[in-house]
Amino acid sequence: MAAKAVRDLSKNASLIELKSVNKWFGQFHVLSDINLDVKEGEKIVICGPSGSGKSTLIRCINRLEEHQAGDIIVDGVTLSNDVKNIEAIRREVGMVFQSFNLFPHLTILDNLTLAPIWVKKMPKKEAEEVAMALLKRVRIPEQALKYPGQLSGGQQQRVAIARALCMRPKIMLFDEPTSALDPEMVKEVLDVMIELAGEGMTMLCVTHEMGFASGR
Amino acid sequence: MTDSSPVGERPQLAPPVDDSGALGWMRRNLFSSWLNGITTVVLIAAIGWILSGFLEWAVFTANFTASVGSECRDQGACWALIREKYRYIFFGSFPYEQHWRPLFAVIAMLAMLVLSADRRMWNWRLLVIWGVGSFVTFLLMFGQIHIPLSLFLFVALVVGGVGMSLRKAVADAGEMNAYRVLAAIGFVGLALRIAGILPAWSLDIAPLSYVETSLWGGIPVTMILATYGLAFAFPYGILLALGRRSNLPLIKGLCVGFIELIRGVPLISLLIMASVMLPLFLPSGTTIDKFLRAQVAVILFAGAYIAEVIRGGLQSLPKGQFEAADAMGLNYPQKTLLIVLPQAIRVVIPPLINTFIGFFKDTSLVLIIGIFDFLNTANQALVDPNWAGFPAEVYLFAAFIYFIFCYSMSRYSKYLEVELNKGTRR
Ligand SMILES: Nc1ncnc2c1ncn2[C@@H]1O[C@H](COP(=O)(O)OP(=O)(O)OP(=O)(O)O)[C@@H](O)[C@H]1O
Ligand SMILES: [Mg+2]
Repeated sequence: MAAKAVRDLSKNASLIELKSVNKWFGQFHVLSDINLDVKEGEKIVICGPSGSGKSTLIRCINRLEEHQAGDIIVDGVTLSNDVKNIEAIRREVGMVFQSFNLFPHLTILDNLTLAPIWVKKMPKKEAEEVAMALLKRVRIPEQALKYPGQLSGGQQQRVAIARALCMRPKIMLFDEPTSALDPEMVKEVLDVMIELAGEGMTMLCVTHEMGFASGR
Repeated sequence: MTDSSPVGERPQLAPPVDDSGALGWMRRNLFSSWLNGITTVVLIAAIGWILSGFLEWAVFTANFTASVGSECRDQGACWALIREKYRYIFFGSFPYEQHWRPLFAVIAMLAMLVLSADRRMWNWRLLVIWGVGSFVTFLLMFGQIHIPLSLFLFVALVVGGVGMSLRKAVADAGEMNAYRVLAAIGFVGLALRIAGILPAWSLDIAPLSYVETSLWGGIPVTMILATYGLAFAFPYGILLALGRRSNLPLIKGLCVGFIELIRGVPLISLLIMASVMLPLFLPSGTTIDKFLRAQVAVILFAGAYIAEVIRGGLQSLPKGQFEAADAMGLNYPQKTLLIVLPQAIRVVIPPLINTFIGFFKDTSLVLIIGIFDFLNTANQALVDPNWAGFPAEVYLFAAFIYFIFCYSMSRYSKYLEVELNKGTRR
């Protein structure tokens, strides 16, 4: 497990703290004594061979996987079985998946406004304004009323990023966001991520894009 | 010759002529080879022979006017029997001069079904449609309805409770307060009623003469059993399917046990249990209407089958959908209602409607316990000694009516598939 941190900017408080985190799948020890400290505004790139537990590590941070020993503290909240804590952390943490995972039965706009409306109780109109602003930022506002199945892979992944940003998260997790994409679409997604990094977002990213990882 | 002008300036050509006229179609599809041609001719001859025989019987030598069965002897179909008996076949033993009531009840139910088939109605309107439709239907059928106060209180409690828990995320303060007041009224009222402090008030609506369920028969009975059977079995089946996938062992066990138990026995035995055995367990003096018992048996049975169909849809969803919903912070009811069920149900529309069609026809099994559904009244029409000996006509007629219902459902399934998948496919 190799975590290479690109330290920069701030020396603020820790947003994510992992203290000797351990996890097993049955007998298989996936995460052994992981310690990690991510400050606000930091970007961490996680590299390593296939099967080394990179996905498992970042999925533990928003409780898509449960760790069995050690502490995970996100924005001051300690992850436990308490549903309230888990929901609080998920509100602060956006996640982008390798396979996009957009909701195919909803339009792009509805994909974006779903969480703000239902989780943050944002009025529909306001949520739509936020969503349109974010779609402009990822450069596909004209696709708002289409369905995910009508978009290219690169467009879908940019929608997925916008969808995560809609909740105004403090932290963004990326699990190989470009590895399901054709080469010519990788750049459009990386550009959005680099822009995001430039704006000071705290990011944890599993990727094989070494150009991106080296921090440019 | 190739055209080298820029694409935008090239002349617009008509698409190639396709010979899709009737003759062209026949040449391509029916007579493309010798063997094909011979097969076509033989099949057309066979179909023509069968059809002409049938028409000879059903139309040309048929008797439409006989006033008694013996006048139909040695002729074709005796449609006079249907003419004589159709009111009984459609409405059973419902008092004859009141037959307009089941007629309008059927029309009300059809209107209700047609309206709720439209996707634009799938919101609060659906509740209004079913509320009004059911009220009209049962008022016409019973003639008198007594709605106990406790029912209103119960509805207030349920609406308030469901509103408070499901709309928590989106409702403003005023709406939430309305739910709280409703739930409080319902709860306090029910408590007082159970404690015996409130008397057993009921709202009596009695514009017509009372007709008990044992006199109901024919189409309204079949339609009520099927409509309300499926309307209740559908949400109930969804709950069973969700329960079966639950992480809580107790809920999961209960749901699995129930589904397997119900699926393991024939509907007939369930009906007989409901009609013969259930009264043995009830304290003496209490009776539950036989019709209601059959209705409940149908709901329980259909629910188990629907649950398994829905579960197929749930399993077809990729894991990523659940994870994406979790990662956004949606809670279980939100995730289920907004993400999981809409997708799962879309996937299973064909098998779901298939189950519905099966159950529509299975309601005819209630004749076993002496309920006069449409098939049973058709059967009874044959008993009349004046008209003995014409089962084919009656069953053909019954089959035709069943076919209209089932074929409508089948077409609707097709429409729904196209409608719900609009835009979601490339
Ligand atoms: N649900 C599971 N049950 C059992 N084993 C699992 C489960 N999920 C992952 N594993 C195992 O845990 C290990 C780490 O998986 P993980 O997906 O975190 O790897 P990764 O580093 O992300 O690999 P890749 O680069 O291929 O995505 C793998 O060996 C995998 O087989
Ligand atoms: Mg991985």
